[in-house]
Amino acid sequence: MTVTEDRPDAARKEVGNDRRRKEDQRLITGRTRWTDNIQLTGMLHVAMVRSPFAHARITGIDTTEAKAMPNVVLVLTGEDVKDEQGSLPNAWPITPDQVTPDHPSIAVDRVAFAGEIVAVVIARSAAEARDAAELVDVDYEELPAALDLREAAAADSANGVLAHPALGTNKSAFWQFDSAGAGTGGAVDDAIAEAQRDGVVVTREFRQQRLIPAFMEPRSVVVDPTGEQMTVWSATQIPHILRFLFAAVLGINEAKIRVIAPDVGGGFGGKLQCTPEEFITIMAARRIGKPVKYTETRSESLMAAHHGRDQWQKITVAATKDGTVTGLKVDLLADLGAYVAIMGGGVPVLGAFIFNAIYKFPAYQFNCQTVLTNKTWTDAYRGAGRPEATFGIERIMDELANTLGMDPLELREKNWIRNDEFPFKTVTGMTYDSGDYEAATAKAKEMFGYDELRAEQKRRREAKDPVQLGIGVSTFTEMCGLAPSRVLGSLDYGAGGWESASVRMLATGKVEVVTGTTPHGQGHETAWSQIVADRLGVAFEDVEVLHGDTQIASKGMDTYGSRSLVVGGEALVKAADKVIEKARPIAAHLLEASVDDLEFKAGRFGVRGTDKGLAMAEVALATFAAHNLPDGIEPTLDSDATYDPVDFSFPHGTHLCAMEIDTETGGLTMRKYVCVDDIGTIINPLIVEGQVHGGLVQGIAQALWEEAVHDDAGTLVSASFVDYLVPTAADTISFETGNTFSPSTTNTLGAKGVGEAGTIASTPAVVNAVVDALRPFGVDDVRMPCTPERVWKAIHSHDGSGDAATEGAAAPHFDEADTADRTAGSDGPDNTTGQEGSL
Amino acid sequence: MTRISVTVDGATYADDVEPRMLLVHFLRERLGKTGTVVGCDTSNCGACTVHLDGRSVKSCNVLAVQADGSEVTTIEGLAHDGELHPMQAAFHECHALQCGYCTPGMIMQSIDLLNENPTPTEEEIRSGLEGNLCRCTGYHNIVRAVQTASGQQTSASATLEETAS
Repeated sequence: MTVTEDRPDAARKEVGNDRRRKEDQRLITGRTRWTDNIQLTGMLHVAMVRSPFAHARITGIDTTEAKAMPNVVLVLTGEDVKDEQGSLPNAWPITPDQVTPDHPSIAVDRVAFAGEIVAVVIARSAAEARDAAELVDVDYEELPAALDLREAAAADSANGVLAHPALGTNKSAFWQFDSAGAGTGGAVDDAIAEAQRDGVVVTREFRQQRLIPAFMEPRSVVVDPTGEQMTVWSATQIPHILRFLFAAVLGINEAKIRVIAPDVGGGFGGKLQCTPEEFITIMAARRIGKPVKYTETRSESLMAAHHGRDQWQKITVAATKDGTVTGLKVDLLADLGAYVAIMGGGVPVLGAFIFNAIYKFPAYQFNCQTVLTNKTWTDAYRGAGRPEATFGIERIMDELANTLGMDPLELREKNWIRNDEFPFKTVTGMTYDSGDYEAATAKAKEMFGYDELRAEQKRRREAKDPVQLGIGVSTFTEMCGLAPSRVLGSLDYGAGGWESASVRMLATGKVEVVTGTTPHGQGHETAWSQIVADRLGVAFEDVEVLHGDTQIASKGMDTYGSRSLVVGGEALVKAADKVIEKARPIAAHLLEASVDDLEFKAGRFGVRGTDKGLAMAEVALATFAAHNLPDGIEPTLDSDATYDPVDFSFPHGTHLCAMEIDTETGGLTMRKYVCVDDIGTIINPLIVEGQVHGGLVQGIAQALWEEAVHDDAGTLVSASFVDYLVPTAADTISFETGNTFSPSTTNTLGAKGVGEAGTIASTPAVVNAVVDALRPFGVDDVRMPCTPERVWKAIHSHDGSGDAATEGAAAPHFDEADTADRTAGSDGPDNTTGQEGSL
Repeated sequence: MTRISVTVDGATYADDVEPRMLLVHFLRERLGKTGTVVGCDTSNCGACTVHLDGRSVKSCNVLAVQADGSEVTTIEGLAHDGELHPMQAAFHECHALQCGYCTPGMIMQSIDLLNENPTPTEEEIRSGLEGNLCRCTGYHNIVRAVQTASGQQTSASATLEETAS
């Protein structure tokens, strides 16, 4: 059983306060340090020549005209750098036999997606570089392109189109988890067979469309090779990982590389990458010996920065007639795009541990086939595997509830882990340390007015109101705090999951905190100050947080996967505690007291039973002076800690969404969205709310608007903000958010992580609401994004035929005709127009 | 090259520019006004919004030569003597920014919005900001900030207490 507390942190001084952010001052006055702001003497600029074809052989490149342009310093092709450039790294080969194509930064003789770089122009100004890039003449011999995920999965050398013909297959890796094999549960096929005899089996196929992270700051990189060390500024989430990879791929001494992530304008996983553009800028700068900058255009960003999601999911759930789940089987096809990116196949694999969600499945099997196609590479996008999994399970639970005629919340409650059952070992072998699904759901229902809205829904259905009301439920959990290094090792991930922190006590009593996390909007400077202020009893204003520069923060694993607080925050606590322990004997010596008689409280070492004491700042000054220290004590309080998490953390919550659908036009309006998230201890409620709001809109956008669409030739047709529908203020509504608190038991702070929760939870809540509104028309799915056109088609393709799509037995996996009938709309570009169904 | 003279954040600059140079590039590259940023190439995102003779414009959609003889205010010219503009203060107070990349444009557009309509409804605020994209905040707190700057909402804490209790 875990304890649900009511604002457990309220009594503490800083932790739990809604401090306004330290970061804001520079950001609201324009005194920012974006990578593209950097201007260095003699700096040159890069422009890329990119392939217009999805798959083609390069038969010739003529750079004569470009080279002849004034102020053009260098033109590079793949041929020029083929012995130097190596292959872009995949850090997570998910199986020993994973098929991983070489990924050159500049294509040498063949391009594998539209947008791939084929030549590079370096000139005195960005405009001159771009002008000259237009003059590079590339001859292509177009090749057939593997574009459709399911066709690509079925293709081989004899039949169908291969993304990389020399590999002989489009299949990259097959990864399975089976609870019977792992000894963590029963055999799922037995559970399904049993339910077919005496129970219920529901199978559905869901499409996770391709999305684009669309961070607001386009990627930019500046490389200064002047002097002994090479300095790389990059708009990245991962300066520390980049430093290692630049050294490993290019064979440069790691000690000669300094990577700086200055102000970074959003990432959402999209800047968790080691990019061709970074390698190219490094190679150009090293050749020329001058600083070089590359900043992408938005169109380049949408086309060539990695995409996210893109799966076909087939999910089968088995249950008894009373709604107790007995088995879950998941079959995924995951589109890697043309190359295996840094996390690559690891993204869908992360979902393996979340499909079972908060439910007590006794048997579970997860099968994932990763597939190469001639499209932009895919990788982590906010949630990375967990949104896809949460969508799948929360959608199928609604379908099961509908089949059984149960309220979706009632079905969930019947199957979720009860509060008195924590810690709970799930069917995947994960141990959920804490949670209170009852409390979060009760609070969400009350805030939402669940019963009243259900009553209104009933009235509208009975009155055949043209505007129908749908109520969507999502009771999600996810895993944060990536990750225990041993677990990562067991999954063949190429690095550890620890985090590092240093606390430096300055002579003036100020505190410098160095963190290995790399914020790009998350407010670490503020939240880390709050944690240290409480721990050391110093003022919030006296803490300075330094990050994002490998020369200052030499160790780190950076920021992604909602790991920064859970792992990096814990490292910070440990470093601060070491400072206290180093200060203790010095304070005792100065106070002429025994160490055992000292207590440290509110920033002061006091001698028990007396009013004698010394503030931490006084001890810091005395240590700096070092005139009177005990024998054998080093004259510094500075301390480091590197923390490897013992386990993941499991935030959860209940999200409820009310959608109104005009059944005559297909128009959608969001009426209400309520979420109650349990993320354990909250350091700063203002920052947490902001993370939830932003996460919600990204998840809602997947449900309703966003899709990366390729045409039949493999050209990305949503390659500008005209066509890729990032929602605006006018499309969205205000949210009602709340929290319950069951602190994590695996870290000192009790924190669970919040960066991705909103995105993970909201997509199924919205789609469940859309489908719920359309149940009277026999609709049981609408493919995302749920555009008015798709909604209208769904209504008109069913004519009240009820739950015809519910199957008694698992059908052959990924049958095209089967799903084409059942899901409304198609992948075609026609279906992505029109944002008229605004919230 | 064309000779232009533009007053930016109170100082007058004379320069020779290519006729094709965008105002945003003139501000960033020639004057070092890097507080104003570029977020897209189709004038959708609004990150580069500045005031041209008192009205908001997307500076990627104006040529530098068109600003000849005009007065431009950027995000860097809003605060005076260390005193934030009320809209800047409201964005800070309401946590209306996370990564901060859209913020300069969002603040400039929000000021223009209130200049036109000092007490907008939530719907009017949302529609007035439609030309500015933010990927971090979900717009919720940006709307609160504009309401706060217009005197219609006291602070973000009030919202927190309403919803997080």
